[in-house]
Amino acid sequence: MTEPLWPAVFGRFGWMDLPFVRAWQELSVSEIIGAGAGGLVVVGGLAVVILVTWLGRWRYLWREWFTTLDHKRIGVMYVVIAFVMLSRALVEAVLMRMQQAAAINAPGFVAPDHFAQLFTTHGSIMIFFMAMPFLTGAINYVMPLQIGARDVAFPLLNAVSLWLTAGAAGLMMVSLVIGRFSTGGWTGYPPYTELAFSPDVGPDYWIWAVTLGSLGTTMSGLNFAVTIYKERCPGMTLMRMPMFCWTSLCTSILMIFAMPPLTVATALLALDRYLGFHFFTNDLGGNMMNYANLIWLFGHPEVYILILPAFGVYSEVISTFSSKELYGYTSLVIATMAIAVLSFTVWVHHFFTMGQSANINAVFGIATMAIGLPTGVKIYDWIWTMFRGRVRFSVPMLYSLAFMMTFVLGGLTGIILAFPPLDYLVHNTLFLVAHFHNMLIPGLLYGMLAGYNYWFPKAFGFRLDERWGRISFGCWVVGFYLAFMPLYVLGAGGMTRRSQAVFEPAFRPWLYIAGVGALVLLSALVTLFVQLWVSIRNREANRVPVGDPWNAGGLEWSIPAPPPAYNFAVIPTVRDRDPFYGEKQAGNPYPAPKRYESIAMPANSMTGPALGVLGAVTAFGLVWHMWWLAGLGLAASIATVIARSFARDVERLIPAAEVARIDRRWRKEIQRAKPIGRVVEGTPTNRGLAEVEA
Amino acid sequence: MLLGGCDVLRLGVANHAGPVAEAQWHLLLIVGAVLVFVAAPVWLLTPLIAWHYRIGKKGNVYKPKWTFSWPLEGLIWIPPAGIVIGLGFVLWHYTLALDPYRPLPSAEPALEIQAVALDWKWLFLYPEQGIASVNRMAIPVGRPVHMSLTSGTVMQSLLIPQLAGQIYAMAGMTTQLNLAASRTGSFRGENTQFNGLGFQNQKFEVLAQTPEDFGAWVARARAADRPLDAAAVDGLMKKSVPPEPILYSSAPPDLFQTLIARTQEPSR
Repeated sequence: MTEPLWPAVFGRFGWMDLPFVRAWQELSVSEIIGAGAGGLVVVGGLAVVILVTWLGRWRYLWREWFTTLDHKRIGVMYVVIAFVMLSRALVEAVLMRMQQAAAINAPGFVAPDHFAQLFTTHGSIMIFFMAMPFLTGAINYVMPLQIGARDVAFPLLNAVSLWLTAGAAGLMMVSLVIGRFSTGGWTGYPPYTELAFSPDVGPDYWIWAVTLGSLGTTMSGLNFAVTIYKERCPGMTLMRMPMFCWTSLCTSILMIFAMPPLTVATALLALDRYLGFHFFTNDLGGNMMNYANLIWLFGHPEVYILILPAFGVYSEVISTFSSKELYGYTSLVIATMAIAVLSFTVWVHHFFTMGQSANINAVFGIATMAIGLPTGVKIYDWIWTMFRGRVRFSVPMLYSLAFMMTFVLGGLTGIILAFPPLDYLVHNTLFLVAHFHNMLIPGLLYGMLAGYNYWFPKAFGFRLDERWGRISFGCWVVGFYLAFMPLYVLGAGGMTRRSQAVFEPAFRPWLYIAGVGALVLLSALVTLFVQLWVSIRNREANRVPVGDPWNAGGLEWSIPAPPPAYNFAVIPTVRDRDPFYGEKQAGNPYPAPKRYESIAMPANSMTGPALGVLGAVTAFGLVWHMWWLAGLGLAASIATVIARSFARDVERLIPAAEVARIDRRWRKEIQRAKPIGRVVEGTPTNRGLAEVEA
Repeated sequence: MLLGGCDVLRLGVANHAGPVAEAQWHLLLIVGAVLVFVAAPVWLLTPLIAWHYRIGKKGNVYKPKWTFSWPLEGLIWIPPAGIVIGLGFVLWHYTLALDPYRPLPSAEPALEIQAVALDWKWLFLYPEQGIASVNRMAIPVGRPVHMSLTSGTVMQSLLIPQLAGQIYAMAGMTTQLNLAASRTGSFRGENTQFNGLGFQNQKFEVLAQTPEDFGAWVARARAADRPLDAAAVDGLMKKSVPPEPILYSSAPPDLFQTLIARTQEPSR
């Protein structure tokens, strides 16, 4: 490695950067786990490649999925990324819980450096590569259908966003196999992440993965906001939009305004690390407090980016499964907007302990409590939605109820943390960890899983298995309480977060309970996959081709399941809120179009996957100081964009005859299907045609 | 197991040993009581209404089109807003009263301690006494303590759960913390901000002693022939976890300021 050639080609890569070599050289359980994880990525990746090749499905994947600009398929791919990343980050969480339970006055089995990488990747993945893709996927799939659009406003941009996210997620996976990840936590606070303290590639992986992901998210936000402003069908006024669209709009606005501070923060940190700048260093006038402000100027709105779409899902689910229109629509809209605005006024509460004046802390503390008000209003609006309804305890509804009960507890501890003098005590302890998991697991994950169970039949044409859905739900809820209630207690006892080992025997019983909880959460994930497997196996019995399995009110239920590429054979005209519900009441939910017209849809494009791969390649080159690779990747990215701008043939026409054929086939299904009542919606008699009650 | 379960709270603010932590504990009780009152309706109404209005139950009122009521709207906006405003006053009052920078009321002048966050240990300088200590902070019971904090490395956060809340220590900057112990004892102090591989070991002991014992401790320190000279400081700047607390018989009076200034120079 002394020759100049090696660093010119491979940058700072050396053989010891491979976990397999490390495990070989210094054999320990910790290194074996690291090598095992790396091996899993390699073997898993190879297995997928071999499987797809063996099935001969490359062409299909490329044509129908990778290059598609269809918002529905892009949405599905986002959710697939979310599930893959959820699996990895949850396993990491289990490892950390096991380590802490094992390392009470003992070394445990995960070395400190490895442990620090685990909590950094766990946090970074759960936020940027699980939560964000999940909600972006959900909005992508559902929102255009709900507003009666055929696609998002900028379909190509949508694909680019997806593939940048995928590229960033890929980079996270590569960091398991080549090199190491950051140990600086998901917020990457300098000066710890500066060159002086973390000279390795870890923080660079973090910087570029987060930067790629945040670029994708900013563009998604723009795309969704414009879609909602410009692509609504006739009659769909803003105040007739389904609640999910409102929360999507607020989330999009937050994405547009909150992601840039993150990109700026990571860019400045990169300048520090790559070009010797001193934005956040200890020396030469750098000041890490600026970083804390920037990252939380993003970080707090981010919390609501994550939670608001779930609020939208709950609004839809509770209304549908209470067999009732949503209570207090206007109130909910106002509350959602209030949350979105207030979310920009509270970021300092993430560092009350930084030594600013008491007056500043008090202002931000009160602003923080003020957010509790609209949030509480929403909870009551959902309670009144159930009031005088007919509640069905289906899987999405169970998630919603568990959310309401659990989220309130998180809100309660949030108010405690909003009091600066109390925050001084439990900041940076497991109390804080318990609090934000208490917000994000019910407030994001339950919501996304409710949405997954609720809209899956729309996306794939068959219902998910109820029984396994309930088992999985039970595990998510029981596991959550077992894993996180002990952390409140431990935090009150002063146990810091991110501790690789523990020296207080008094922590032991609580760490054991939390460890059991983590295992229950792992089984929740497993049962979630079992549910999917069982559902695919039994898909014929559970098909709902007509498309309205839950007797719901949104436009998305008025079309076939799965919907055709163009969504609506004829763009609908809306007369009221819950339009499909109204049409069912009026007795003509499926009016046959007088005539069919050809529909122009965006043609496939390889720009998205190309930019995703090139983005990841550029980032990889930057991480390893392989300048030629980074330069090549960047140049190729720019060339791709320029080349695309010359493309003329960007639309594909679906002829009227084809539209007519698809639509008529669906109408036959409607005639064949027997309308079913809400009580039996969980049985195979449900073909997606709802019985209209008098 | 159950008995052991309660021990954990004895390590925290519930087992407060000073006026600051005691006030924080009282605030926690007040806020906690109000919050249970706030959350109780949701915890009661959610399961009750969901179960009462379950689809299979006969004889329920069913009003699918009922979507608004001014009285209910008033009920969910106004009382919670009142509670937030009320809690806002409580918050303002306590935030100012428990400002870590606010000196504690006392006839005696506060004991000055300068804390320097290092990897992975704490250096405590006693400018009045001219001594220094690593990983053990002795304080006299009853006398307020005024701490100035900085960091010789990355950002850290100093927390002594039984005495007071935490405050960050940042290189090139000074933060302050006022606290006092009201009874003798040994209390756990720690860095709560992750700062590398020795983070989990970065604990220190706060030794709250009678003024006489504290005087004796200072005398013992002075008697030990171990000055905190330049070589010793350089040794401390290196990453390490000292197995035992270390006492220094003397320390340069301007060391704290020197360490703050040092971080502003180009990195070595």
